[in-house]
Amino acid sequence: MITIAAVPFALWLAVKVLVVLGLMLGTSLVLIYAELKWSAHIQSRIGPWYVGGRWGWAHPIAEAVKFLQKEDLVPEAADDKVFRLAPYVMLAGTVATFVVIPIGPSTVARDLDLGIFYLLAISSLSTLGVLMAGWGSGNKYSLIGGVRAGAQLIAYELPLVLALVAVGIQAGTLSLTGIVAAQAAPLFTIGGTDIALPYVLSGQILGFTVFVIASLAELNRTPFDLPLAESELTMGYVTEYSGIRFTMFFLGEYAGMVSMAAIVATVYLGGFYLPGLSEDVLDFAGPFILLAKVFFVLFLFIWFRWTWPRVREDQLQTLAWKWLIPITLFNIVATATAKVVL
Amino acid sequence: MAIPGIGLVKGLWVTLKALFTKPVTIMWPDEKELLVPRARGVIALDIDNCTSCMLCSRECPDWCIYIEAHKVEIQPDKPGGRVRTRNILDRFDIDYALCMYCGICVEVCPFDALYWSPEHEYGEFSISNLLHNKERLDEWMQTVPEPPALEN
Repeated sequence: MITIAAVPFALWLAVKVLVVLGLMLGTSLVLIYAELKWSAHIQSRIGPWYVGGRWGWAHPIAEAVKFLQKEDLVPEAADDKVFRLAPYVMLAGTVATFVVIPIGPSTVARDLDLGIFYLLAISSLSTLGVLMAGWGSGNKYSLIGGVRAGAQLIAYELPLVLALVAVGIQAGTLSLTGIVAAQAAPLFTIGGTDIALPYVLSGQILGFTVFVIASLAELNRTPFDLPLAESELTMGYVTEYSGIRFTMFFLGEYAGMVSMAAIVATVYLGGFYLPGLSEDVLDFAGPFILLAKVFFVLFLFIWFRWTWPRVREDQLQTLAWKWLIPITLFNIVATATAKVVL
Repeated sequence: MAIPGIGLVKGLWVTLKALFTKPVTIMWPDEKELLVPRARGVIALDIDNCTSCMLCSRECPDWCIYIEAHKVEIQPDKPGGRVRTRNILDRFDIDYALCMYCGICVEVCPFDALYWSPEHEYGEFSISNLLHNKERLDEWMQTVPEPPALEN
């Protein structure tokens, strides 16, 4: 193991950035493949089959290469700088969330004390990218898509924050490493065996449900994909994009799913921790355990997308303001009471 | 009273079951599809039946049938008979790049010269090859299925 002090800071930073980028893009490609396959089988189809030999495993790579070959068009009416910058903002906000997510007991890019606060702040950045794309395109569909994304963000950021507040209260810390450690701590003992439960099973089931629903809305996924809504808005804010910028939006969307699923897995499902494994084993197996949990959450996202229809704009707002926010407020009160009483 | 939102859960159960059942996809062209008896694949022409009456060509909504013909005089068999004229088909082309497979030409033909054939694997890399001339259309006649037996 290389000690951090022995390596120059800049080099160490570059390694970290490369690892995070590679991890994120690699997982996104796998996720795109998984979505193609799972959605196909949900619809009694086979899905990708020919590319790369067996099961069409190279399909997402071929698709990315195809997108890169396309011409990078900028419409005449577009706000040039904003239009060009939007995909970078979107992708940057997504990549930045990986900074605080611990993938092993000693493997985390940066363990911030205000980890959750940082996560929520930085994940809103990708919605700014969406708004920029909507405004910059100079197209009514894009603009409506961007504004819808903005309205959705305002509505669903609240339940997202409030759900995590309850976790913060229960764990007594906002650092993600601390939250994982809190979930690894034994909750009670049965016959001499310490039982540790992830937060989804020890009091945060309401918070978990609300968080998953709200994160679907944050990610613009069906049933909350109003900013994209093909049947109404062509392709929403990505209507005017092509070539590498479209690829960035496409990858950014899937990377956003991965990062959101990683947050869910870390905060509610125990992160890299699996009961019964020692610290040394977790150092090695942690990333894989986290990945398995992440893909479980991603499976939920994909399953919901290919089952449920899109909600109406007023239903979307009603769900957020009249249901999710009161539920999370109740959840905070209940968690705080339980924390004091128990 | 039904539980509110139970429909969402039912839907999830349906898609989950579909996820673990065998796909219905037929891997064409590795395996062939079982076509329905009256599949509309390609239109076949029986040259001998055609009288170049142009009905099909005029009824075609896409105007994708091209017909050219010339008249010949047929001398009477016996002396004193009348000289008759007959249409000889020079050109009968169907442009399958335009055809929308409505089958009006088949319906409208009074002389049973046009038939539906279920053959459908005639894709081309060049669009001009989709123009089938009368020899090619006549070849398709071999793929036309027997008409169903008459009812008693």
